[in-house]
Amino acid sequence: MMLEVDALTTRYGALTALHDASLRVDAGEVVALVGPNGAGKTTLLASVVGLLQPSSGTIRFAGTTITGNDPAANLAAGLALVPERRRIFKDLTVAENLRLAGNTVAKSLRKPRMEQMAELFPVLREKWDVSAGYLSGGQAQQLAVARALMSEPKLLLLDEPCLGLSPTMVDVIFELIDTLRAQGRTILVVEQQAQRVLTIADRGYVLRTGEIVAEGAGPDLAGRPDLFEAYVGGSS
Amino acid sequence: MTDVVQNLIDGLGAGSTYALLAVGVSMLFGVMHLVNFAHGELLTVGAYVIYGMRSNGISWLAVIPVAIASAVVLSMLIELVAFRRVRSASAFTLLLTSFAIEILSHAAWRIGVSSTPRRYEAPQIAFKVVEVGPFNIEVWDVISIAVAVACFAGTAIMLRTTMFGLAVRAASEDFDAARLMGVKANRVISGAFAFAGLLAGIAGALWLVRRGQADPRMGAEPLLKAVIAAIIGGLGSLPGAVVGGLSLGVAEVFFRSWLPSDLQGLTDSAVFVVIAVLFVVRPQGLFDVETAERV
Repeated sequence: MMLEVDALTTRYGALTALHDASLRVDAGEVVALVGPNGAGKTTLLASVVGLLQPSSGTIRFAGTTITGNDPAANLAAGLALVPERRRIFKDLTVAENLRLAGNTVAKSLRKPRMEQMAELFPVLREKWDVSAGYLSGGQAQQLAVARALMSEPKLLLLDEPCLGLSPTMVDVIFELIDTLRAQGRTILVVEQQAQRVLTIADRGYVLRTGEIVAEGAGPDLAGRPDLFEAYVGGSS
Repeated sequence: MTDVVQNLIDGLGAGSTYALLAVGVSMLFGVMHLVNFAHGELLTVGAYVIYGMRSNGISWLAVIPVAIASAVVLSMLIELVAFRRVRSASAFTLLLTSFAIEILSHAAWRIGVSSTPRRYEAPQIAFKVVEVGPFNIEVWDVISIAVAVACFAGTAIMLRTTMFGLAVRAASEDFDAARLMGVKANRVISGAFAFAGLLAGIAGALWLVRRGQADPRMGAEPLLKAVIAAIIGGLGSLPGAVVGGLSLGVAEVFFRSWLPSDLQGLTDSAVFVVIAVLFVVRPQGLFDVETAERV
C-alpha cells in the first residue's frame, strides 16, 4: 500500500473541515476523490503533504508514518502535490519554476529532468524563458504538474487540475492523467467533474462535509448518480 | 545647474545607505510579511564593534569586516531567537515583536555600555574632498555609491542565478507553494535574514565610518527612513526599495538646499509631505508586488 490515511481529522480553529476520513491508494492506481465545494477535499490533500497539521489520525506513506511531517520532508519521501489554483510562481520564468522545483534533486539530475519536462509538455519549451505570469490557464496547469514531476514523486496528488480551464484544456488534462498512468505513476486526484474523473479512476471516494460517504471502483461510483449528484451538483 | 549636480551626488550618497537598508527590509517583508523595525539595530551593533575595536587600536581594514559580520550574526540571531517562534502569527504580532527587539536593544546598550555616546575618530578618507571642475566631491560619497551599486548588482545576480535566490523570490510570492517545492522554510528565512543583515552591515559601515560615534538609539532614524523607502518602492519589491531609498536621499538633500536656513528643521517634514501625497496617488507604492495569501 502506498498511501494510507486513517481516521484523519483536521480543524481550522473551531471548524472541523475533515472528520475521521480514511482512504488508501495502492501503487499504480489512479484514485479519485470527489465531493462538493467545501467538502474537505483540499484540506485532506493539504493535511497529507503537511501544509496543514491534522488534529488526530495517522498518515502512512510507503510503510512509514508521516503524520505531522513538513512538506519538504514529504517531498523528499516521494509525495508531491499540485495545489489547487496551480500556484505557479508568476514572477519566475517557466525554466526558473522548474529549476526551483528541482531544488531537492541532485544537481546532475536537474537539467535532464527539465529536459524531460520540456518533452512531455512541448508548450512549456516554447515559453521557457517567459515569466510564468504570462501563461494561459492550461499552460499554467501543465507547468504546475511539471513542477511536481521534477522530484520524480512516487505519488502525485492533483488538486482540481481542471479548475477554470476551457473544455479543450480539460481534455488535455485528462489525456495527461492517462499518459501519467501509462508511465506507471500513482495518482490521487481531487476533481469537481465527478463523473468524468470517476470513469477513468481505478477507485474513488466521495467526500461530503468532511466525511467519506462512499467508496468503490471508479466506474461503479460514476454509475451511481444518486450517490453524489445531489451533493456534487452535477458532473459538468 | 552646478548646484543640482552637486546635490544629486550628495543625495545619492545618503540615499545609497537608505536603499541598502530598504532592500533588506523589503526582502524580509517579502518572505515573512514582517516590517522589521529591529533591522536598524544592526547598524548599532556595527557602531559599537567599531568603537570597541578602534579604542583598542585595531586597523580600520580589520574593523570593517568584523562590523559587517556582526550585523549578519545579529540578524540571524534575532530571527532564531525571536521571529522563528512567532512566524505563523499575525502581521501585527510580528510587528510588535520587532518593536520589542528594538527597545530591548536600546536598553541593552544603555545598560551594557552607557547612555552617552561613545566616540571614535573617523579615518581621514571619510571627509576627503576632491575638486572636479566646479564640483566638490566627497570621496566617501563616491565610494558609498560605488559599493551600493555593486551590492544591488550582486543582489540582482544572486536572485536570478542561485537556488537560494529563486527560493527567496518564490517564497515572497507564495510561501506555501515554495514549501511544496521542497524549499525549507527555516533555511530560506534564515538565509534572507543573513542576506538582509549583510546589506545592513555594509550600509552601516558606509555610514559609521563618517559618523564617529556609537549611541544606543542611533539605529532608529535610518531604519525609519529605510522603511519609508521600502514602502515608497512598494513593500516586497527590491528594485522598488532601491528607487525608494535613492529618491528619499536625493529629496532630503534638495529640500535642505532649497529651504531657507531658518526653516532647515523642516526638511524631514517637507519630505514626508511629498511622501504623503505619493501615497494618496499610489497607495501600493511605485512598484506593484504580486503576493498570495497563506493557506
